[in-house]
Amino acid sequence: MAAEREPPPLGDGKPTDFEDLEDGEDLFTSTVSTLESSPSSPEPASLPAEDISANSNGPKPTEVVLDDDREDLFAEATEEVSLDSPEREPILSSEPSPAVTPVTPTTLIAPRIESKSMSAPVIFDRSREEIEEEANGDIFDIEIGVSDPEKVGDGMNAYMAYRVTTKTSLSMFSKSEFSVKRRFSDFLGLHSKLASKYLHVGYIVPPAPEKSIVGMTKVKVGKEDSSSTEFVEKRRAALERYLQRTVKHPTLLQDPDLRQFLESSELPRAVNTQALSGAGILRMVNKAADAVNKMTIKMNESDAWFEEKQQQFENLDQQLRELHVSVEALVCHRKELSANTAAFAKSAAMLGNSEDHTALSRALSQLAEVEEKIDQLHQEQAFADFYMFSELLSDYIRLIAAVKGVFDHRMKCWQKWEDAQITLLKKREAEAKMMVANKPDKIQQAKNEIREWEAKVQQGERDFEQISKTIRKEVGRFEKERVKDFKTVIIKYLESLVQTQQQLIKYWEAFLPEAKAIA
Amino acid sequence: MRACAGPRLGAAMMEGLDDGPDFLSEEDRGLKAINVDLQSDAALQVDISDALSERDKVKFTVHTKSSLPNFKQNEFSVVRQHEEFIWLHDSFVENEDYAGYIIPPAPPRPDFDASREKLQKLGEGEGSMTKEEFTKMKQELEAEYLAIFKKTVAMHEVFLCRVAAHPILRRDLNFHVFLEYNQDLSVRGKNKKEKLEDFFKNMVKSADGVIVSGVKDVDDFFEHERTFLLEYHNRVKDASAKSDRMTRSHKSAADDYNRIGSSLYALGTQDSTDICKFFLKVSELFDKTRKIEARVSADEDLKLSDLLKYYLRESQAAKDLLYRRSRSLVDYENANKALDKARAKNKDVLQAETSQQLCCQKFEKISESAKQELIDFKTRRVAAFRKNLVELAELELKHAKGNLQLLQNCLAVLNGDT
Repeated sequence: MAAEREPPPLGDGKPTDFEDLEDGEDLFTSTVSTLESSPSSPEPASLPAEDISANSNGPKPTEVVLDDDREDLFAEATEEVSLDSPEREPILSSEPSPAVTPVTPTTLIAPRIESKSMSAPVIFDRSREEIEEEANGDIFDIEIGVSDPEKVGDGMNAYMAYRVTTKTSLSMFSKSEFSVKRRFSDFLGLHSKLASKYLHVGYIVPPAPEKSIVGMTKVKVGKEDSSSTEFVEKRRAALERYLQRTVKHPTLLQDPDLRQFLESSELPRAVNTQALSGAGILRMVNKAADAVNKMTIKMNESDAWFEEKQQQFENLDQQLRELHVSVEALVCHRKELSANTAAFAKSAAMLGNSEDHTALSRALSQLAEVEEKIDQLHQEQAFADFYMFSELLSDYIRLIAAVKGVFDHRMKCWQKWEDAQITLLKKREAEAKMMVANKPDKIQQAKNEIREWEAKVQQGERDFEQISKTIRKEVGRFEKERVKDFKTVIIKYLESLVQTQQQLIKYWEAFLPEAKAIA
Repeated sequence: MRACAGPRLGAAMMEGLDDGPDFLSEEDRGLKAINVDLQSDAALQVDISDALSERDKVKFTVHTKSSLPNFKQNEFSVVRQHEEFIWLHDSFVENEDYAGYIIPPAPPRPDFDASREKLQKLGEGEGSMTKEEFTKMKQELEAEYLAIFKKTVAMHEVFLCRVAAHPILRRDLNFHVFLEYNQDLSVRGKNKKEKLEDFFKNMVKSADGVIVSGVKDVDDFFEHERTFLLEYHNRVKDASAKSDRMTRSHKSAADDYNRIGSSLYALGTQDSTDICKFFLKVSELFDKTRKIEARVSADEDLKLSDLLKYYLRESQAAKDLLYRRSRSLVDYENANKALDKARAKNKDVLQAETSQQLCCQKFEKISESAKQELIDFKTRRVAAFRKNLVELAELELKHAKGNLQLLQNCLAVLNGDT
């Protein structure tokens, strides 16, 4: 199995894709099989890593995991970092994510999870408290805008660059207003980093906008038509909302990757976000593995709150999807109405031309003009329907998926703890056997293992409690945000409807005397 | 399903704006308004006082009030079906004496197929939706059915009123039989052979039409009318089709509001946070605004689409008149040529002379009445458009203002709460 792979460029190297896929399948089966035979290996989640990185030189400095800042602030915390962390220290530099270096895709996911679960609890506890103090000083004084989409390059290698402007009075930033140029894959890269750091400890990380190969291809190819401009606008708005949601999250705001994304003028390309890259394939594989795991984990839920919440989110998800379908239909029909109104306006104008009674002819022409203006109105309303209402719903449908993911991580955490307990038991049994067989050197080894596993059990319990606590807080925050979001956006949407009606009144009031003037 | 359309709507006709929840009554006024000068006089008043929809046919109760001596009684009613209206119309068309008049266009066949299909589909899908949704949709579809029904009643009535108002046609014997004979007229629908004959007649007519309209008319008035009508007819056709599509899109959008309202309601009743009140209020708003949007669509349909559809048919009838006149002109010219030939050969001259005179008379008679008819047509058309466009604008304004108020009230409540 190839341990090191260069992510193949998009659209190219079909054979490599197959290779990856095949490997991927192997990965998958190995995951499942080793899961079933569980106890011997520590973390089920990192099994793929174990299998593959056997060939590699251990975890590579792939992307920045812990950096200087955190090290400085929470120096004592690093003591608690487990066995693996000493290997981590070389990573603890503020070296920009070396996406340019050949990346072993596996190490993206597995080892980091391990280290995180060890060190996370203390670090995040502290930071969150500090941040909350700041947050409770009410407004998060930071505003993000995404604007000026610009096509860079030509042909299939072209991409859109967006300007990300930040206005803030927060002290953690060096300036109060600054902007940088970013491309879509940069946003995906940011999300990927944030997700890998925070999702598995229970933070609801806002999902990034979806990729669209079709949409982007049209733009690359240079089709300057309304559908590609619409696509770019849709994406721009989605990116803006994504960043705004991300910075609203007190913990994520503190993240150095986020700050780097907003501030630094040069950002190394996040190559692993490509769908058909090695990393992309591995992501898909892991997702599948996760799905299987979910089915096999039977958790004894001791806390009814979690069960209740999960059910609520399930319901909410369904209802939002239903509503989303209806709103999309409305957008579609409104666009249709606009087109038909325009067609009618032209037709009425023609009719007015052929009408030989002068006053009636004039009135018909006026009618045509009114209908043309109304067509414009419908178009604008369709925009509002979409950008305000429909996109709000689709954003939340994806957010709820992230929430569900967080709940799933908690389950996995529980599973880990469970597994550690089972292993400990087995180790104790082994020790007892050794005692009976009276092999002193083996007994010592058994005692060591028992100590090791006792520690793991304790850690597992701590992790589980931590993630449960985090999730409770996060869900509370999420619900508050959700209520605020919906209220704000829906009120804005209703105001757009008000505007439309006001315009309609203006137009028809202007037309009425014309109609009455027919003599 | 019964519907009543009758003189008692006359008073309501004066007031253009109806505040009542039943927007359907406006349609009846709408179509009557298409022919404004049909203020029926005491001599002959005709209306459709009742109608009954059976599975595949509609039975209209035609009610007549007349002081004319032709009728046995002063007031009487008969039951007629669509085919009998068509028979009456065709008898006018085929009557040579009426060649110089615009024959009021026949009412279109009652078509409930689409509506019935929808109701059926709803019945089949009953299990898959909640009770509220089902009731909501059923009410909607029933209202739609009722609306179509009322429209078809109105269209049949307008036809009769036009005939009754026409100084010549009102005296037609077939018309009187239609009104009075209280047995079934045994007017079977045209069988296949007759339909085929009609088809060929129409084909010949249009082929003729091409030839005949190539002949430039000596009379400026008719020349102008011909050019005008040809173009006008086509444009009205186009406008009518586009208006139809526009109204239907409007209705689809209104239907979406309905579904959105239901979804919001579901969200509101199941949400665990304090946003549920918010959702419920917005759901209510969508339900109400949807009713207004549906009315806008219905009014546009009535004042615009129906108006255009009617004048599509009327302009066709006017074209037919022109065609008949042109035909008679061709006959006249042929008779002239025949007369010249006869005189040259000095054979059957008298016969040729009589024939020529007849053609001449016919042509002149048609031309005279046609001129008047076409002038009347213009007057009627202008008046009808005026009335309908004014009413359209007034209704649009009324609904927009209503909608605006609804939205503003809702926003006030929502902003007050948050």
